[in-house]
Amino acid sequence: MSAKVVTITSGKGGVGKTTTTANLAVALAQQEQRVVCIDGDIGLRNLDVILGLENRIVYDLVDVIEGRCRLKQAMIRDKRLPELYLIPAAQTRDKSAVSPSDMVRLCDELRNEVDWILVDSPAGIERGFKNALAPADIVLVVTNPEISAVRDADRIVGLIEAEEKGPAKLILNRVNSSLTKRGDMISAEDVLELLAIDLIGIIPEDENVVVASNRGQPVTLSEKAKAGQAFRNIARRLLGEEVPYMNLDEKGGLFDRLSRMIKSGGD
Amino acid sequence: MDGFLERLMRKKQNSANAAKERLKLVLIHDRTDITPGQMENMKNELLQVISKYVNIDPKTVKIDMAQDGREQRLVADIPIAASSRK
Repeated sequence: MSAKVVTITSGKGGVGKTTTTANLAVALAQQEQRVVCIDGDIGLRNLDVILGLENRIVYDLVDVIEGRCRLKQAMIRDKRLPELYLIPAAQTRDKSAVSPSDMVRLCDELRNEVDWILVDSPAGIERGFKNALAPADIVLVVTNPEISAVRDADRIVGLIEAEEKGPAKLILNRVNSSLTKRGDMISAEDVLELLAIDLIGIIPEDENVVVASNRGQPVTLSEKAKAGQAFRNIARRLLGEEVPYMNLDEKGGLFDRLSRMIKSGGD
Repeated sequence: MDGFLERLMRKKQNSANAAKERLKLVLIHDRTDITPGQMENMKNELLQVISKYVNIDPKTVKIDMAQDGREQRLVADIPIAASSRK
């Protein structure tokens, strides 16, 4: 058994890479998978706070690479799930403390221990991005339906192809269905047409995500939240299942259901 | 009833469509690393070369970058003027 390395990247900052990494890790762990996530953003670590594990850090990625601790010692176990671990980024070092070959070696060492290794890439196209990309078997590009995020995603997709790590798959995050319906947000179809890559998930904009980050409890831990459902669907797709895309328009409200019933009345 | 024209107008006006059209052009230039100015120069030089061999009307020439999946393609449509056979 050998783990798959999934790198989550985006080009532009603030589109939801870290949130996506945390939630996919939770969703995979919920499916009885053994998961390690690695924060690749050295100097600006954040995966620890999104997962709510910031108080339990003793050693970090750079400590492992520089031999100050064993790999197992830097793996923080998330007690809410059967097998989910975090290897945090170093906060006081710079990106040059780690090289792409360090990342490949580290992931190779982890491959026999777990089923999935998720690498949270930093924004940008420099060293940190290259570190995160080097060990990847699968690359997921996160973007928002906004002009600058889509443009940067396109740059990243090109770089992934140039490194022969493609084809990348797309996660379209923070989709606002009412803005899309009004014609004031680029639709998923249009983003896919522009970027010309395959989709693996659409995450609706969901206030629960903000609340979840505040509390350090990834939204996927809650049964009801729509964003959590969307992340669970991506995890199932990673596991090879065919999962239909959820209808984001569906408010589930009485009015919506009624109007749909009336519209489809005849047939 | 929602008229066809009306829908077409709205489609033209909405900001999502404006973003899509702008992105189309930006991505072409990003991917090929050719600025709009360089593209213009290339067109003019191409026309000069072609004019040495056949008669063409620059106004009818179309040279554009087209997207084909993740590949960019330079597509040229260059009508040859009738007088070139004489």
